Amino acid sequence: MRLPPFTFLEPATLAEATKMLADQGPAATTVAGGTDLYPNLKRRQSSPKTLVSLRRVDGLRGIRANGSGTTIGATTTLGEVAAAEVLPGAIRDAAGFVSSPQIRNVGTIGGNLCVDTRCDYINQNEEWRRAVDFCLKDRGEICWVAPRSSHCWAVSSTDIAPVAIALEAEIRLASVGGERVIPAEALYRDDGIEWLTRAPDEILTEIVVPGGNGMRATYRKVRRRGTIDFPILGVAVAVDVDGGGECTSARIVLGAIASAPVRASEAEEFLAGKRLSDEVIEETARLAGKAARPQDNTDLNSRYRKRMVPVEVGRALRSLA
Amino acid sequence: MTATAPRGVVGRPWRKVDALGSATGRAVYADDMYLPGMLIGKQLHSIHAHALIRGIDTSQAEALDGVHAVLTGADLPVAYGIFPVSQDEHALAVERVRYVGEPVVAVAAVDEETAERALALVEVVYEPLPEVTTYEAALAEDGPRIHGEGTGANIHRSNAFEFGDVAEGFSVADHVREDVLFYSGNNHAAMEQHAAVAEMGSDGRLTLWTSTQVPHYVHRTLEKVLEMPAGHIRVIAPAVGGGFGGKTDPFSHEITASKLAMVTGRPVKITLTREEVFYAHRGRHPVLMWVRTGFTADGRITAMHFRSLLDGGAYGSYGAATTLYTGALQTTTYRIPAYRFEGVRVFTNKPPCGPKRGHGTPQPRFALEVHLDKAADDLGIDPVELRLRNAVEPFSETVNHLRITSSGLRECIEEVTRASGFAEQRGKLPRGRGLGFAIGAYMSGAGLPIYWNDMPQSEVQLKVDRGGGVTVYSMAADVGQGSTSVLAAIVAEVLGLEAADLSLVTADTDLTPIDLGSYSSRVTFMAGNAALEAATKLRAMVFDAVAAHLEVPADSLVAAERRVGVDGDPERSVPWSEAVRLAAAAFGPLTASGAYTPPDLAGPYKGSGVGPSPAYSYSACVAAVACDPETGVVAVEKVWMAHDVGRSINPLLVEGQIEGSVHMALGEVFSEEQAFRGGMHIGPSLLDYKIPSILEMPPVESILIETVDPEGPFGAKEAGQGPLLPVLPAIANAIHDALGIRVDELPITPWKVLQAVRDLERGGDGRVGPAGLPDVPFREPLRVELPQQWQEVAAP
Ligand SMILES: Cc1cc2nc3c(=O)[nH]c(=O)nc-3n(C[C@H](O)[C@H](O)[C@H](O)COP(=O)(O)OP(=O)(O)OC[C@H]3O[C@@H](n4cnc5c(N)ncnc54)[C@H](O)[C@@H]3O)c2cc1C
Repeated sequence: MRLPPFTFLEPATLAEATKMLADQGPAATTVAGGTDLYPNLKRRQSSPKTLVSLRRVDGLRGIRANGSGTTIGATTTLGEVAAAEVLPGAIRDAAGFVSSPQIRNVGTIGGNLCVDTRCDYINQNEEWRRAVDFCLKDRGEICWVAPRSSHCWAVSSTDIAPVAIALEAEIRLASVGGERVIPAEALYRDDGIEWLTRAPDEILTEIVVPGGNGMRATYRKVRRRGTIDFPILGVAVAVDVDGGGECTSARIVLGAIASAPVRASEAEEFLAGKRLSDEVIEETARLAGKAARPQDNTDLNSRYRKRMVPVEVGRALRSLA
Repeated sequence: MTATAPRGVVGRPWRKVDALGSATGRAVYADDMYLPGMLIGKQLHSIHAHALIRGIDTSQAEALDGVHAVLTGADLPVAYGIFPVSQDEHALAVERVRYVGEPVVAVAAVDEETAERALALVEVVYEPLPEVTTYEAALAEDGPRIHGEGTGANIHRSNAFEFGDVAEGFSVADHVREDVLFYSGNNHAAMEQHAAVAEMGSDGRLTLWTSTQVPHYVHRTLEKVLEMPAGHIRVIAPAVGGGFGGKTDPFSHEITASKLAMVTGRPVKITLTREEVFYAHRGRHPVLMWVRTGFTADGRITAMHFRSLLDGGAYGSYGAATTLYTGALQTTTYRIPAYRFEGVRVFTNKPPCGPKRGHGTPQPRFALEVHLDKAADDLGIDPVELRLRNAVEPFSETVNHLRITSSGLRECIEEVTRASGFAEQRGKLPRGRGLGFAIGAYMSGAGLPIYWNDMPQSEVQLKVDRGGGVTVYSMAADVGQGSTSVLAAIVAEVLGLEAADLSLVTADTDLTPIDLGSYSSRVTFMAGNAALEAATKLRAMVFDAVAAHLEVPADSLVAAERRVGVDGDPERSVPWSEAVRLAAAAFGPLTASGAYTPPDLAGPYKGSGVGPSPAYSYSACVAAVACDPETGVVAVEKVWMAHDVGRSINPLLVEGQIEGSVHMALGEVFSEEQAFRGGMHIGPSLLDYKIPSILEMPPVESILIETVDPEGPFGAKEAGQGPLLPVLPAIANAIHDALGIRVDELPITPWKVLQAVRDLERGGDGRVGPAGLPDVPFREPLRVELPQQWQEVAAP
């Protein structure tokens, strides 16, 4: 399979990059490591006229600790994130679980946060999709996962996003119009086609991970093989525990079961103010399971993925107790 | 053919002759080839599972700059197929398409992008037909026929035999057990995608370099389809990156690349994409199986009745043989006094199935070994003991007329259970952990060739240059398994040389003498015997000349360490290079050839051509698993495999085959599945098709058993396929030991494990699997006379 033809731009500074994006309009797409974008282009999921590469943009790569937390530049590779001792274990684990070592050497954290939503019916080559008939996400009129739906159910498949949300990280976006900082959660939209709130001319420049005193966090990933595979369920849990061992607050975020990461709010509320006893963990896990309504559009089946939510949330909480 | 005990390279572990080339990237695969002026060929595929082609408009594609030729089915009207009885394929669909992915149009253009653009300009008008994708639909009398016109059941092959009196056998049984199991289809997923480069010479001769296991069969097919004399066609297999049976058919892209080269006068390359490999397929047949066995109270088998229903996909391929293989080898491990087999293969609108490692036998072996494990439980007999009580003896004959020679089955069972601590641990591990056991047997080459003939199946020629260098010529295609290294070892052993002293010319229909190909585990045994004969003849000439020179009898001589001389007397010897000069002076051209024709092993009935082999390998396997009852995830912690290889010509290669078999079995048992929604492959890519990674791969302890087969070269038997067979049932049986559940349907996914666990918790039998076979119109069995040996047993 070959890439479609495109113009490749390599800005050296952020200002140049944002200007290129603004000038080119929606026909342009950013690319960092390309490990998500290029395979999708080979399958003709889209055919952008111009790619603006971030690889040579100065100052976007690297991890810096500051007083209140740690800042990770958008083009820092997943391999670098996984190896960075200054970062919380949960985010390092999540980065280390992404695909394979080769892809982690190239794929970036910014690209991971923006990674395209996935579905059994879209991540196929063009001839396959023509045989089935194109779907809502590209050229078509129908969602093959839920044929009566007017909405695309492609799955948010980033491993980092659930952890970023659980850790209450912030995202910095830059465009010719200036910069804005938003909570990680606000980057996502539960829509397989428009899965990011990022404007087309905005570049994600960094992610800021707060220090978090007393915060314990973990990430668990369900997939068929121990490597290569995308998550078919990701569970990020962060709890703030006070001196007395009580959870003052909790964030339980489910990845890869909807078009955006899902907060298990009922479970979070239940857990607040309680100790992580066996009974509390079990009930929290059960409540978290209610938040998940996966469709049959990834590996294994949706019932299995739903069934795994309480199991994995329970295991996550036990590892934090 | 026998030979004296090896003293040189045979039996020693050493690196394959082509290992460095593969490991350093210097090996040249078909896709690595670039010839001057070469065009790139691409194919357009059917987007319908079943449709009539109402029209093809290629005019716009032909008009595109950079396009040199466009072909459709009309350009290649001759039908072909690997089996003489199944000449049902066309290189490009003619009038009708039968599966999504079937090649319809081919173009040759200056580069891949142009070829792709050209295909996008081709217009094909289809008239869709109802698609047939399930067993039930295929068997329906009122459904559409995939081959032929009108309606009717889509039965491709139907076989039924009865050996001995099965009704009588069941009537004397103390216990009768029935099981139904399903084995899903899967692809070979060789690392190298198929690729072919064709060139038409100015002399009017066509050369095709192709990633194939069977240059000879490709050669025959090109002769037929291109309507050219075979002598004008040359087929060469360059380095091949794995086959596993996926490169044993002649393929559309080989024929279309050749035709495009003929039409354009320029070399043409076609490399399949991974998607196209899944469509070209020829992988493992999905088989639904029913088995019924009668036992005496002490566990002796009194009768067995086995039924298989194969989903063949759209074309015949090897299916005629596959159908028979699902019934042929059950008797090679167990003494079954009365045996009935019924098999039916149906056509469906899916990519054609064919042979994959173990060809038609892993499915029944899985069913049989799980079935026997359950029977052992019923009877209260240890599962190993049950196997031992029924084990086939060496040098015996099975009830279905298979001649058994050497067999290390008992040693395999003893060694593998000892090494794994099976008896001490099975049934005693904590919940979630378990051990499982199974055995298997496989052929060292099919006794009969694919098209009937009484010529040798393998020939090898040797030529010696004046410096003593020896060139070995064989058509056997090394597909990574190391067959060339095996031939090198045999020749080097006989001549007292090292493998590095040989020049190896293989898999070239112009230069090398016949070998039918790398399938059915035949090369070590058959080409090995031919090499042994050729080397022995060459050595005899050399010995005669050296004997005359040293004035000693020829039979006192040995060839070892690059010298020829009197055994045990280094003073009276000459270097090999001197020895060949003496021989050349005495005899002229120093060449020799050897051939191998298997003994006539077919039984006295039609259909007996499948199953006979000059020798069978035996294996026994124990698998240890750790299951998570909450997630349904099963990890295989260790596999022990004892394999009777007769003689390991190179232990490193035998262990490699065992480890590779375990890996492949792991994929088939848990995650690899050629799965469809209707006629659509659910994910023809290596991301969706889940081959286990290195992280899933357990340590493997290989135990090599050497029984020194009387007819194998140096006693060797096969190792490439047999070791796969017992792994799947051993794992399924281990899961039962771990959790008390039975997943009688592959692949064993976490979801199925959870369903079975839940069923058990709710008081059910903890089984997930098919309920039964649909209504299959099996034919009346052919009642076959018992072999002599068994008639005596049966007599009162
Ligand atoms: C075989 C395979 C397995 C994979 N497995 C996983 C997995 O298990 N988990 C997982 O999370 N991912 C997985 N991926 C997806 C991907 O490799 C990773 O998510 C990776 O981190 C993406 O980073 P990248 O730099 O390569 O992204 P790119 O491909 O360069 O970009 C991805 C998307 O993000 C946009 N983008 C990139 N950087 C920015 C930025 N700074 N600002 C704005 N937009 C931006 C691009 O326009 C594009 O739409 C897998 C990919 C493959 C091919």
